[in-house]
Amino acid sequence: MGDEVEVRVHGMWASTYSKRVELALKIKGIPYEYVEEDLMNKSQALLEYNPIHKKVPVLVHNGKPIVESLVILEYIDEVWPDHAPRLLPRDPVDRARVRFWSGFLQNQLLESVLKLVMSSGEEQEKALDELHEKMTIMEQEMGDIIPKDISSIQSKSLGLLDIQVICTLGAYKAHEQVLGVKILDPHKHSLIYAWVNAMMDLPMIKEITPPHDNVVNFIQMIFKINPSA
Amino acid sequence: MGNKAMLLDFWPSPFGMRTRIALAEKGVKYEYKDEDLSNKSELLLAMNPVHKKIPVFVHNNKPVCESLIIVEYIDEVWSKDKPLLPSDPYLKAQARFWADFADKKVYESGARIWKTKGEEQEKAKKDFIENLTILVQQLGDNPYFGGDTFGYVDVAIIPFYTWFYTFEMAGNFKVEESCPKVIEWAKRCLQRESVKALPDPIKVYDFFLELKKMLGIE
Repeated sequence: MGDEVEVRVHGMWASTYSKRVELALKIKGIPYEYVEEDLMNKSQALLEYNPIHKKVPVLVHNGKPIVESLVILEYIDEVWPDHAPRLLPRDPVDRARVRFWSGFLQNQLLESVLKLVMSSGEEQEKALDELHEKMTIMEQEMGDIIPKDISSIQSKSLGLLDIQVICTLGAYKAHEQVLGVKILDPHKHSLIYAWVNAMMDLPMIKEITPPHDNVVNFIQMIFKINPSA
Repeated sequence: MGNKAMLLDFWPSPFGMRTRIALAEKGVKYEYKDEDLSNKSELLLAMNPVHKKIPVFVHNNKPVCESLIIVEYIDEVWSKDKPLLPSDPYLKAQARFWADFADKKVYESGARIWKTKGEEQEKAKKDFIENLTILVQQLGDNPYFGGDTFGYVDVAIIPFYTWFYTFEMAGNFKVEESCPKVIEWAKRCLQRESVKALPDPIKVYDFFLELKKMLGIE
């Protein structure tokens, strides 16, 4: 039997990396088949498609696998250039800036979020300060990359950086509930707060956002944290 | 329209080396500035306020940071000759994957060799060789990771070769014994002018010894 499905995504419902890929395809209006992986019992297909890292997400396009979420996002932009919007800008300097901040969100910011979740007491306070410092850096240095006119944000014009921001910070309310700390404060980081919340309101984002309680339970389970309530 | 180019760098940095190679391959004229990392210049702090790290490529007064991002930028701006990335999106994705692998696995395990001792170091050596082996399997029968031509992945990885001697001294082993194919590939790359210009591995080792002394590491 031939591989009739042109585009398939192997993902996991709670993986924000997986969501990045799904979002990119949805933004560009590319139909795809989704395969939910049980990460405790990975499918043979996943292990064949990603033998090096054995992780989700994997994009399978015409039978060929592409792995690593940022690599996949750039691939999607290049393979379907006629499907608006372009996820990355055209100008090389702007592309470099988008890639820089994309990497910052994926590495530095995420690192701090993980530290926050894995620690407690004084260590957790330090981790929260570190996370806030990084968000301050973002607001100070991202300049005109941060959308100022929030009302103009639409699903059909989202780009790579929007995807990175919403997938890294979109679940902040669930994290705040589990940890009992304020991660995204509209007074401390008004620009990022507005950006994230404007995107959370978009129908396309709502479509892929898992139910709040499911995320809360998942965070608690994964890091074996007791409910703070 | 001016075409002012400057590279803020530090000579033993393998990440800086990537950008030097890319610029040389494309024949770009630029000003090279070696930074004193214990006393970073105002310019560096202004051009990379977020990480305060080298390399930074300043092109027409606009900074580009992070070595692989810089290499892609150079490839996109000086796109006429010697393309570093393939034009086919799937092959491009493969190239990006292996450059990412080089950072996450090869560089990471290599650094662990000189940072650790005893059992931890033995594990680091094992991981390093394993990762190099996985990497060279991608060469197949090709002379370069880019296929017939020297490309993005070659640029990303060849700087680490200048640190092999340091890893070998720190871990008391020889890369050539466990992974001769990578040495074969490296020697082929070394025939290129852009790669010949890289620092001598012995000089890199001397720097490493100075660094260890400065940091008070035994």
